[in-house]
Amino acid sequence: MDIQNYLLILVGTVFVNNIVMAKVLGMCPFFGVSKKLETAVGMGAATSFVLTLGSGTSYLINHYLLGTDLAYLRTLSFIVVIAGIVGFTEMFVRKTSPVLFRVLGIYLPLITTNCAVLGIPLLNVQAQHNFIQSLFFGFGGSVGFSLTLILFAGLRERLDGADMPAIFRGTSIAMITAGIMSLAFMGFSGMVKP
Amino acid sequence: MTVAILAVLVMSGLALALGAALGYAAVRYKVKEDPLVEKIDAILPQTQCGQCGFPGCKPYAKAMAEGKADINRCPPGGEAGIRKLAELLGVEFKPLNAETGQTKPKSVAVIDETLCIGCTLCLQACPVDAILGAAKQMHTVIAKECTGCELCVAPCPVDCISMVPVSETLTTWKWKYPVTPITVAH
Repeated sequence: MDIQNYLLILVGTVFVNNIVMAKVLGMCPFFGVSKKLETAVGMGAATSFVLTLGSGTSYLINHYLLGTDLAYLRTLSFIVVIAGIVGFTEMFVRKTSPVLFRVLGIYLPLITTNCAVLGIPLLNVQAQHNFIQSLFFGFGGSVGFSLTLILFAGLRERLDGADMPAIFRGTSIAMITAGIMSLAFMGFSGMVKP
Repeated sequence: MTVAILAVLVMSGLALALGAALGYAAVRYKVKEDPLVEKIDAILPQTQCGQCGFPGCKPYAKAMAEGKADINRCPPGGEAGIRKLAELLGVEFKPLNAETGQTKPKSVAVIDETLCIGCTLCLQACPVDAILGAAKQMHTVIAKECTGCELCVAPCPVDCISMVPVSETLTTWKWKYPVTPITVAH
């Protein structure tokens, strides 16, 4: 396990196996909070924080608490743990940094129901990552999520002012844009040799 | 069977631990918010006009709660507003501070659309986004949103904005506050 391995995980999760574009997870916030660049940045930061922390804790729970006997409890326990982390983070941030809370506050509860946050710990288990690898996988995945969210928000802000037929306006053009973006991200899959 | 019991134990242990952590966090990281600010803010008319010398109603409410501002600096709130503030804060009623402006009948801004040149200056001045329009397009005021703060009147280069008092109709009429003269006991 050298540094190259971790870098590979980072590049792989941010670009090649991007959680939104390649794995199609986390669609709800991807469409829901991408109308403005500012909110997209806030959501991205909040998700990154929770996702990195969540994949680390989920690894610990899976490895030390569940093992192979109780593998069927994974989904349930991961959801419980992630919800707990989100709740704790919300209270902690609210007390320690009101400024950060004003930026992230309203997005934090939304993260509990973000399927990418559950998906990454489950993928971690599937890929049999160790603790550090899980952290990198979670961080890389959330950076990839934030990247696509911010790119998409920028595109949607431009699209708002564009002159286009009425039936394409709003969500329909957003769907088409997301599809084309996903195609563009497929170009990365040639970058890393499996 | 033992595995099933183990599963129940693991899940309830997890739930207990997280519940305890969250409960501890709720006590440990409790945020004390001054409820007085909210109460004062609820009395203020939310015109966000800035005539009190503060950037909006909330900052003025905050200053009042901290005792840094007097209660008689809000012309849109009028005498009734000052009376309510005096009652809430437990201080004597005092007439409106003359330097902050005079109480006027509730009015809304109206743009003379034939004169409007579409300069967007009033759009930028409006604190509640009640003016609709774009550059070089005619502007108009959404009467329902207008708070009558008069901030848009001054920036208009062609003086096409006027304040029109809102007349009482059957739908806008409200019971007046009972006015009883306060007799000072000697």
